[in-house]
Amino acid sequence: MEMRFAIAGDRKSLDQAGLKYEMGDFDGYALEVGLQQVEKQGSGEVIIISLGPDGVQETLRKGLAMGAARAVQLKAEEVPFDGLAIAQALAAELKDGAYDLILFGRVATDTANGAVGPMTAELLNLPCVTAISQLEIGDGRGTARRDLEGASETVQFPLPAVLTIDEGIARPRLASLKGIMAAKKKPLEVKPAQLGTARLVVESMALPPDRPPGRIIGEGADAVPELLRLLQTEAKVL
Amino acid sequence: MSAVLAFAETRAGELRKVALETVTAARQGADSSGGGEVHAMLIGPPGVAARAEVLGRHGADAVIVVEHPALARYNPETFAATVAERFRSGDYRAGFFSASAEGRDLAPRVAAKLGVSLASDVTGFEVHGDSVTARHPAYTGKVVVTLRLTGTPALLSLRPGSITPVEQPRQARVETAEPAIDPATARVIVTELSQRESTRLDLGEASIIVSGGRGLRAAENFKLVEDLAEAIGNAAVGATRAVTDDGWRPATDQIGQTGRLVSPDLYIAVGISGAIQHLAGMRTAKTIVAINKDKDAPIFKVADYGIVGDLFEVVPRLTDEIRKVRKGH
Repeated sequence: MEMRFAIAGDRKSLDQAGLKYEMGDFDGYALEVGLQQVEKQGSGEVIIISLGPDGVQETLRKGLAMGAARAVQLKAEEVPFDGLAIAQALAAELKDGAYDLILFGRVATDTANGAVGPMTAELLNLPCVTAISQLEIGDGRGTARRDLEGASETVQFPLPAVLTIDEGIARPRLASLKGIMAAKKKPLEVKPAQLGTARLVVESMALPPDRPPGRIIGEGADAVPELLRLLQTEAKVL
Repeated sequence: MSAVLAFAETRAGELRKVALETVTAARQGADSSGGGEVHAMLIGPPGVAARAEVLGRHGADAVIVVEHPALARYNPETFAATVAERFRSGDYRAGFFSASAEGRDLAPRVAAKLGVSLASDVTGFEVHGDSVTARHPAYTGKVVVTLRLTGTPALLSLRPGSITPVEQPRQARVETAEPAIDPATARVIVTELSQRESTRLDLGEASIIVSGGRGLRAAENFKLVEDLAEAIGNAAVGATRAVTDDGWRPATDQIGQTGRLVSPDLYIAVGISGAIQHLAGMRTAKTIVAINKDKDAPIFKVADYGIVGDLFEVVPRLTDEIRKVRKGH
């Protein structure tokens, strides 16, 4: 399939034509963690929430097909780039929910901010552990592992809590045919998103600065001396 | 004149390189917008104040030291409350964090506490008066977004390696402060910090990275990559997602969209085809070298220097030649 990806004429948004939105990688892990926890505890349900235009309903249906009990769309025609504005809308929705766990992906694949989860936790005044790659829950408490640069942390926290999920913890299940059929009948509620004021705004978008066009300097091991010379005298990195 | 705050990250009581990056960035931000002081925030166990001098050497006018026995390890709630308290108590126009694992946890908490916005994972910035612009790679690195931050303080987290620490010595005065909350009341507690092979250089701190992909064909062949990194001397070893998914290397070595985002001076890609998800993690490297047998591999489109050939011949030769050069010095 030909993928089309272009910056729109206003130079500050993407040309939507031909773009298809899907569940982010890390959001898929988060949903899987939620489903597994409900299975392990033997009670409870997973509610899946997405903020955005009606296009997100397809993603919500997919989550319902995977096993979520119901879905909520916080409707916004445009999703702001400002994580805090989004977190304010989520906190308004979640504050009375009495959830045991609120799970986020570690980072959205598109905007790549990684801020909404911990910001929502702060607004709700809930304990929060970010970017976890292992999780154990029991007796109203949790233990998680976080990978750092060259190290890892073991973190303990009480429930309810907000967690953001890194890779490696759970591989999202595929929806079964039965799940897909059942998802059509599950509730999907649409509410307006109570977005905060965005004070982080996109001024412009550009393609990444062009790297000088790639240059093949030779073939095989015989090209090694030339490579070394270039690294020492031209790039000056060795 | 308002000041600029830099969060100085430590681990096990030692400053991390990213601490020098945030202080350097804060100095640049202050100097390019009419001056004003740079304050570095240093939180850790008793004795951490000894690290203040290095922060002064990199441009801090004052170092705010918070020492507490319970803060030997990162304590997210105490750190966030203490840093937010500092912002509230002074006149700060901007604050810099690293987009390291710790900074990515801390900065959004502080921003939410202050009710201000945060520009995350920034590779470049300008401070002018009340407004800050920041560049941020998004959409799998396919787009660079220029963001404008309004509101005070403007908070930014910097992609590790995107700023080179610069010495701009001053005699930093040391101010001590107390944690804003009692660490004993924190709900989230780091009970253990396990350091992996401490001798190995971290991907975020290395100025040179040698990285391997599927072209290596088997886990044991990563020795070629490690030998090359060792011959270079100050290099770290990375991998593609295909390799970490197969368990040839730990998941934490993964460079790319879902792994580490790095900006070294030199990135040597060995047997890596250059999928867009991998490029998202390394295309901001200053110089890229690619060694691959497929001359049509996309990695050659971004490589400053490419060698088409059998890596099992090219890499050992490169390792040998570098060893010879190193010996000659």
